[in-house]
Amino acid sequence: MSILRDPLIPMVALVTDIRTDTPDVKTFRVVGLDGKKPMEHIPGQCAMLSMPGVGEALFSITSSPTNADYLEFSIKKCGCVTNWLHAIEPGQQVTLRGPYGNGFPVDTDFVGKDLLFIAGGIGLAPLRSVINYVRHHRGRYGSVDIVYGARSKEDLVDYDEILQQWCREDGVTVHLTIDNPQPDWDGHVGFVPNYVKELAFDTGKTVVMCGPPVMIKFTLAGLEELGFRRDQVYTTFELKMKCALGKCGRCNIGDKYVCKDGPVFRLDQMAQLPDEY
Amino acid sequence: MKTWKLSELDSLFAAIAAAQKLYIPADAAGQPAFTLWTPGLSMTKALNTGRSAKDLFFPQVENLVNFKVSGRRIQVEPGREEVEDFVIFGVRACDCRSFDILDSVFLSDPVDTFYADRRSHATVMTLACSEPEETCFCTSLGIDPQAPAGDVSCWAMEDTLYLEANTEKGQALLSSLPQLGQGEKPQTDASVFHRLPLKDLDFSVFGEKPLMDWFNSPVWDSLSQSCLGCGSCTFVCPTCQCYDVEDFDGGATIRRFRCWDSCMYSDFTMMAHGTNRPTQKERFRQRFMHKLVYHPNNHAGQIGCVGCGRCLQKCPISMNIVKVAKALKEGKA
Ligand SMILES: Cc1cc2nc3c(=O)[nH]c(=O)nc-3n(C[C@H](O)[C@H](O)[C@H](O)COP(=O)(O)OP(=O)(O)OC[C@H]3O[C@@H](n4cnc5c(N)ncnc54)[C@H](O)[C@@H]3O)c2cc1C
Ligand code: SF4
Ligand code: SF4
Ligand code: FES
Repeated sequence: MSILRDPLIPMVALVTDIRTDTPDVKTFRVVGLDGKKPMEHIPGQCAMLSMPGVGEALFSITSSPTNADYLEFSIKKCGCVTNWLHAIEPGQQVTLRGPYGNGFPVDTDFVGKDLLFIAGGIGLAPLRSVINYVRHHRGRYGSVDIVYGARSKEDLVDYDEILQQWCREDGVTVHLTIDNPQPDWDGHVGFVPNYVKELAFDTGKTVVMCGPPVMIKFTLAGLEELGFRRDQVYTTFELKMKCALGKCGRCNIGDKYVCKDGPVFRLDQMAQLPDEY
Repeated sequence: MKTWKLSELDSLFAAIAAAQKLYIPADAAGQPAFTLWTPGLSMTKALNTGRSAKDLFFPQVENLVNFKVSGRRIQVEPGREEVEDFVIFGVRACDCRSFDILDSVFLSDPVDTFYADRRSHATVMTLACSEPEETCFCTSLGIDPQAPAGDVSCWAMEDTLYLEANTEKGQALLSSLPQLGQGEKPQTDASVFHRLPLKDLDFSVFGEKPLMDWFNSPVWDSLSQSCLGCGSCTFVCPTCQCYDVEDFDGGATIRRFRCWDSCMYSDFTMMAHGTNRPTQKERFRQRFMHKLVYHPNNHAGQIGCVGCGRCLQKCPISMNIVKVAKALKEGKA
């Protein structure tokens, strides 16, 4: 019998460009072997990248769907696959499968809303896709606020794009913060949850949040103090994944599979689920 | 109904095996297992196999795809094992129901083609039970052990094997065996099943309360206290379907394979920033919540257990789904 295509079997793709963002984050540009964008996606969706013999890992597609030429992944060095990726050079082939997950409701719930993006560290990766999608379709959405924090100035991902593009755009306000003071930084210093509280945003906004679990927890508490409801807050979850197809049994929170039913959830949906994340 | 002399089962097996591979439950090394039939191999006397029949559709280790890497280039090559038509004889009603549960997972979109391939090539011949063990509780899950499903249902009564086709595939198999006789199956006697100690478990309660009520039950601490996290219960279970995907670098060819995994293992959900189920309590709770609450929630109330009793027999600390279900229902362990 011939080879049946199976969703677990990846395609081969090519890394055409690698940008060093921070000491431990690089952004990889990926195309198909035909030089074209390998797949269409919705902001917030992910794809499995792998190097045979090293392993497979899931990453958010950080480029916007409006980018017609390639996919981008911002990847933090922290283990097997990611160490290997950080050591390669452009011209390297990798394998790719996806896209996976539900993505953000950019064409439904978000339309017409004032959007508040809150990100910590590598958590900007999935949000960058939404932010650039929203910037591309600027007329469909209200105001855009972006709160982004990292340990230090050097740890801010996409710093050039933020300064050169986001900060200069009408209707987009960027609020950057770093954990500790440093000599070449005249911006805000402090943790994301506190900064969000200080900024005392209008509670009519729709919040899109992504970052480490502690940041999500404390920021949510702060938002609720300000008067935000959980049904206004969207976030993504990161759990261990192997199949990304809802079958290997690894990534569930209660009866929801993060790979298939997520990774994007509205926080009021989590009230009915265990806090195993 | 079609018939065959039980004393001549060997020739029935030979007739089936003349056209396709045949697996029967036989005494293999250590414990009964579904084994490829070859002349001389006979059925085990044991009620059921140690490991379940899921192995034939979802093997413990399975190659998915191969890769060749040269310099910066990667080539994807087929690595899938070719599957031919095969017959499984002697599947019990509980294991047959487990295929429905695995189907809900593997045949839902996106279809797992490895599993689907094996399912479509298989003809399942079930065998009705008449002498259950004390650990059996399939009847509590709405399964009739004396009327098993499958492509062909079989009954061994007195000196005769009665066979009835339930599907086109089953029909085709029986039609290919012109040597079969014709006869009336006698009445089956259900009284032994009515005396089973675990016949009255109530699994319907799990759909009646919100998920979080069960999750937050006080019983998990004490139930999970002595669980060793050995994973035996998940390996013998016909409905456990968790798997891992890994690569084996064999030099010239890199093989990507999948193998069974267990939610009872501490590294099952280990990530770069830690694990979301840090103690055995969370992992233990996951296994039983999945079977009793999560799976039914996602699959129209279908409980993820078929009452085969394997976990009752195999757990080294005598913990099992029956104890868990009872304790949850009563709210105390
Ligand atoms: C929905 C989703 C989106 C994601 N998006 C991104 C993204 O955009 N960018 C990004 O960088 N990452 C992202 N990730 C994370 C990514 O998938 C990887 O998990 C992560 O990058 C680590 O991969 P790795 O193979 O390099 O690490 P691994 O080799 O798997 O190891 C990770 C770490 O875990 C530790 N570890 C593993 N097993 C054990 C054990 N048994 N005991 C103790 N420690 C152990 C290792 O020491 C290592 O430090 C995402 C994950 C999900 C689920
Ligand atoms: S949980 Fe136990 S009794 Fe139920 S199907 Fe699995 S092994 Fe059999
Ligand atoms: S067989 Fe028993 S001890 Fe082993 S993991 Fe299962 S419940 Fe725990
Ligand atoms: S990653 Fe396998 S079920 Fe979600």
